[in-house]
Amino acid sequence: MTGGGRGHGRGGDGSCGCGPGEGGCGSAAPAAAGEAAAGAGAAGAVVARCTALMQDLRLGSVRAWKERTGGLAVGYMPVYVPREVLHAQGVLPVGIAGGGEMEIIRGDAYYQSYICHIPRSTVELGLDGSLDCLDGMLFPAICDVIRNLSGMWKMLFPGKLVRYMDVPQDFDPSMGGVFWRHEIRSLAEDLAARGARPLEDGALRDSIRAYNANRRRIRDLMELRRREPWKVPTHELYVVLRAGLVLPVEEHTALLDEYREAALADPDRRPLDQARVVVTGSFCEQPPLGLIKTLERAGCYIVDDDFVQVHRWLKGDVREDGDPVENLVRAFLEDSIAHPTRWIDRDRKGEELVARVRESRAEGVLFCAASFCDPALLDQPMIVAAVERAGIPWTGFKFSENTGQFQVIREQAGTFADSIKLWTGAQA
Amino acid sequence: MRTWTGIDLGSTTTKAVVLDEGARIIGRGITNSRSNYDVACRVALAEAVINTRFFLLSAELDRAGVPPARRDSWLEEMGRRFREQQYLGQLAVLREILLRLPGASAPEERHPLARILDRMREETDALFAAGAERKSDFFRDIAGSRYLRLAEEEAREKGARFDALAGLFDKAILDAENTPTGEGDFERYGMAAVGRMRTAPPELRGAVERAVRVDLERAGSVGTGYGRARLPFPRRQIRSEILCHGLGAHAMFPGTRTVLDIGGQDTKAIQVDEAGIVTSFQMNDRCAAGCGRYLGYIADEMNLGLHELGPLAGQATRPVRINSTCTVFAGAELRERLSLGEQREDILAGLHRAIILRAMSLLARSGGVADEFTFTGGVARNSTAVSVLRSLVRDNYGERRINISPDSIYTGALGAALFALRGSAAGHGAEEEAAASAAGGHP
Amino acid sequence: MSEAQVRKDRSQERQKQMIAEHYRRLARCGETGEKNVYTYVPGNLTELMRSFHALPVLPEINALQSGMRGKSRDYIAAAERDGHSEDVCTYVKCDIGMKRSGNVGPTGERLPDPDLLLLSYTGCFTFLKWFELLREEYDCPVVMLHVPYQGDGVITDAMRKYVVDQLREKVIPALEKATGRAYDEDLLRENLARSAKAEDDLVWVLQSARNRPSPIDAYFGGVYYIGPIFSAFRGTEDAVLYYRELREEIEERLRLGKGPVTPDGDMGEERFRVVVEGPPNWTSFREFWKMFSDEGAVVVASTYTKVGGTYDLGFRHDPSRPLETLAEYCMGCYTNLNLPSRVDLLARYVEEYAADGLLVNSVKSCNSFSAGQLLMLREVEKRTGKPAGFIESDLVDPRYFSAANIKNRLESWFQMIEQKRSGGGGR
Repeated sequence: MTGGGRGHGRGGDGSCGCGPGEGGCGSAAPAAAGEAAAGAGAAGAVVARCTALMQDLRLGSVRAWKERTGGLAVGYMPVYVPREVLHAQGVLPVGIAGGGEMEIIRGDAYYQSYICHIPRSTVELGLDGSLDCLDGMLFPAICDVIRNLSGMWKMLFPGKLVRYMDVPQDFDPSMGGVFWRHEIRSLAEDLAARGARPLEDGALRDSIRAYNANRRRIRDLMELRRREPWKVPTHELYVVLRAGLVLPVEEHTALLDEYREAALADPDRRPLDQARVVVTGSFCEQPPLGLIKTLERAGCYIVDDDFVQVHRWLKGDVREDGDPVENLVRAFLEDSIAHPTRWIDRDRKGEELVARVRESRAEGVLFCAASFCDPALLDQPMIVAAVERAGIPWTGFKFSENTGQFQVIREQAGTFADSIKLWTGAQA
Repeated sequence: MRTWTGIDLGSTTTKAVVLDEGARIIGRGITNSRSNYDVACRVALAEAVINTRFFLLSAELDRAGVPPARRDSWLEEMGRRFREQQYLGQLAVLREILLRLPGASAPEERHPLARILDRMREETDALFAAGAERKSDFFRDIAGSRYLRLAEEEAREKGARFDALAGLFDKAILDAENTPTGEGDFERYGMAAVGRMRTAPPELRGAVERAVRVDLERAGSVGTGYGRARLPFPRRQIRSEILCHGLGAHAMFPGTRTVLDIGGQDTKAIQVDEAGIVTSFQMNDRCAAGCGRYLGYIADEMNLGLHELGPLAGQATRPVRINSTCTVFAGAELRERLSLGEQREDILAGLHRAIILRAMSLLARSGGVADEFTFTGGVARNSTAVSVLRSLVRDNYGERRINISPDSIYTGALGAALFALRGSAAGHGAEEEAAASAAGGHP
Repeated sequence: MSEAQVRKDRSQERQKQMIAEHYRRLARCGETGEKNVYTYVPGNLTELMRSFHALPVLPEINALQSGMRGKSRDYIAAAERDGHSEDVCTYVKCDIGMKRSGNVGPTGERLPDPDLLLLSYTGCFTFLKWFELLREEYDCPVVMLHVPYQGDGVITDAMRKYVVDQLREKVIPALEKATGRAYDEDLLRENLARSAKAEDDLVWVLQSARNRPSPIDAYFGGVYYIGPIFSAFRGTEDAVLYYRELREEIEERLRLGKGPVTPDGDMGEERFRVVVEGPPNWTSFREFWKMFSDEGAVVVASTYTKVGGTYDLGFRHDPSRPLETLAEYCMGCYTNLNLPSRVDLLARYVEEYAADGLLVNSVKSCNSFSAGQLLMLREVEKRTGKPAGFIESDLVDPRYFSAANIKNRLESWFQMIEQKRSGGGGR
């Protein structure tokens, strides 16, 4: 370790994406005190409900919703889709974030060994009937793999609505804006052609309001976590956000309130001597819950992260008055996060991450990218440079959604946490 | 008589099959591929020719009216004694090489060495006695295990240096096994083997003499396998292992439409039509994850024999989910699991499943699993691998007849021999044999 | 030496001179004050750049040249040492490694730093990251041209307008600023007219492979034929002359009933006709090529030779609609087509070129090509009834070229085709 814990990155860069490990595993490690406490009580009950939703790969809640309402349900891959549009047309947007640790039997047949894991499990879910209840799938512009998956989906599931969502990489309202507006309109027409309600301004305004309310709750929880991470441990917040991928937004908003209240009321949530870190790089393929727990058990408070980013792609509220489509377009153009999947117009790669580190008073950055994830891994050298310029310690490793062994990551994160605490102590 | 040969030069073993005019298998030979493909090829072929002579011998006994039960018991005893004679011949070669080594000139090595070799010669009778178990049929393995055992005794009882003795063996064995026994072994040792039998029936002597006299004309040969490019055959006499495997599996089980072969270095999924012609195939990518070699690493890591893995995994009660079949990390992953307190059996069950899942994805890529489905290669001998495959095939493709032959290791060589036979029928063959011989090669 | 041989040498000689002269001019940019613009092969706006008298620099071409010259291993290692992941595109790492090793181009002369990075984001997500990385290396202006993907297999008016607007409002002003020259549409039209002429001849050459025997190899030979038009020379008089000469040479081969040229001279009997999907491997290009030519296999059509434009589908640069035509050109490049369109094209090639089957060379670096190829392969096989083959390698990472593995699969595939053709048995 050099420079007080800085730049010990590129660990766990196993070229197969399968973590080498020796001895012991995260799941066998003793749980951190905060985690044991958080398992119980009202918050625990919310988290348990959310965990069940997240692990229900056959989308039981979506099936029930469809039966109840007779509406359409349309899936979308990470990272961003304008969910408000679907909502306004009475369509349930369903975020499909891979298959986690499910066993892959058919999906591997479509992918070479050098391609990330999420499309394998997504294809598996499609082929094994888990996604039958979805009337369509949206594939936003994340990378070439997901882009091509949109074409594969067209071939594999010819009866379904399949759209590649080509979000603009030009952020000028008169160009990218016009284009995005057209894409949104065209999406709405496609949905209407499948039996959804036509898109109307009034309904869209209501939907924007509903999602603004949801986003505000999430921002507040993030703020709470930045302030008092022991009250909102990330392994809980993560599943609570994952539940938002499948629930109608109003239900999710209520659930967020319930969780917040329960978490704040829990007297057992007390601070520990943990290092504050920002985890970055896992925005599409999601890490296994065990990995998040491993990081926390290794002595890290995750005070900011990239998980389930669709909830946080737009940084603030979308305007609720005026032309609602235009408001969505403007929000995308002007208020999106600085994401690896989008063009960053000026020379400021990594600046936003540095700002997030400052804002959350984090002591270090963990680059936690999925193996073979082009946007994250191509971004990493630039982000690392920015982080190093800012004098922020960092380390890095790779995972895949079905990584089962966390020992190496635990060692690495634990060492990192210890070292930055020492370093921060010495600075103080 | 006219014969056709197929040689399959695999990464771990080299196999040869001899066919007669009626496409009947009359001889088979196998040896370890070692580092020298040329020698491996020659040895496998020699073994197949010896095997052919035994086949002829059996036919001679039938012709002489020897009842089958007696015939088989004679052939069994003679076969063992024949192996013994071969072993003694190879042992003599080993002795000569060992004693010539520079390290063997000092008395402290020379005396124990000579004693070990004497004892090895003395114990062959027991080694090849009826019912005696030998771990392997390869000279390297039999001689190696005896030598090291005796060297240990020397070290323990007489204070010899075990390391030095073991080192000498390692140096000598390569040369010894590359000094192959020849195709003429049957002629050389056949009668001696009969002489070593408890009773030497005159009908058998007569039959051996007649079997030796049969002229085996090699009318055509085809080579295949991983090392086929190393075979000194003209291009036309080399076929891809995929084609040979497809045809061989078809010959063994004519209803075959899908073939899965999991070998040491690679996994192949092959679809064939009703004539055994390959219509589609897929192979694993450049990394050997999920191949037989992976199980080899695991066996080494657990200090087990390869054949023990399947039965152990079969005892699992709570199979562990293993997501990586990366050979490089196999050992580390295993140690990690063990240190977690997970049961060896459960881990092994997970590993077997992971390998078969990789194979399932190759099968899907090649076009799925049709009826009938033939499973070949070393892993087809592993009971747990087979039962996992059975259930996954049933779950994903429905009921399929699954064929596994105890001789599946010869599938590729059989396909190659059939190509040789068909090639001759199509008018090639003899002139190419001549070309092959002229090129300094064999056969 | 036959007359045809002399003529063959003429087009090759010309291409060599064009390239040498181009890199010479680039090397002298510092003294002459000529401007240069870095951009990519797919969606390259060469006519537009040249109308500003700017010289194009194509980083992919530099990377593949580094691969062919045996330099890529060290360049990639240098980039990985500096923190680039083993998992990602080796063109990018090769380029970054080359830059950090002195930025010496394929002809041994130093490349100038860019006056502008023109990021035409066409058909490949990595392009976007690549120029973000180069921007950090060079600290120079960048202009982004977002070329929408043909997700539904069509170019809509909205897509065309989006690209044209960006060209007018973003790209042209950036070029004006970088070169100090005003936009000259007449000059652009002249360039576009010359492009169309060269494109006609290129398409004729590529389609000559419909003959039996094919006078060209449309993959290994094809990568040379597309050189001028895919890189810095589209719209130049040199390119027009090159393609006219090339066409004459191929006409001559055709007249003489000759097969393609191979690394070992003229090819013998044409035994297999193959369609190839995916880029070639550059580090062992010759060895790879010989695995085909030694078997008598000719590539009659390939998709890689369409990454810089799908001219054989009928597109020509149209001087009467200069910006619209550039927009359509960009959106029509092969990797900007969706997977169903790519399957259509491949199935059409197999039929129209009377091929024995489709071979996919799946390249680790290029997910734009590779992701989904296994499904494409199955679909094409299903539609054409011809067996498909599958091999894996990389663009410029020699660690991912396993000659034994590829040869094994190729041989098996060729023998399978042959066995099927003869209905089994021997040869």
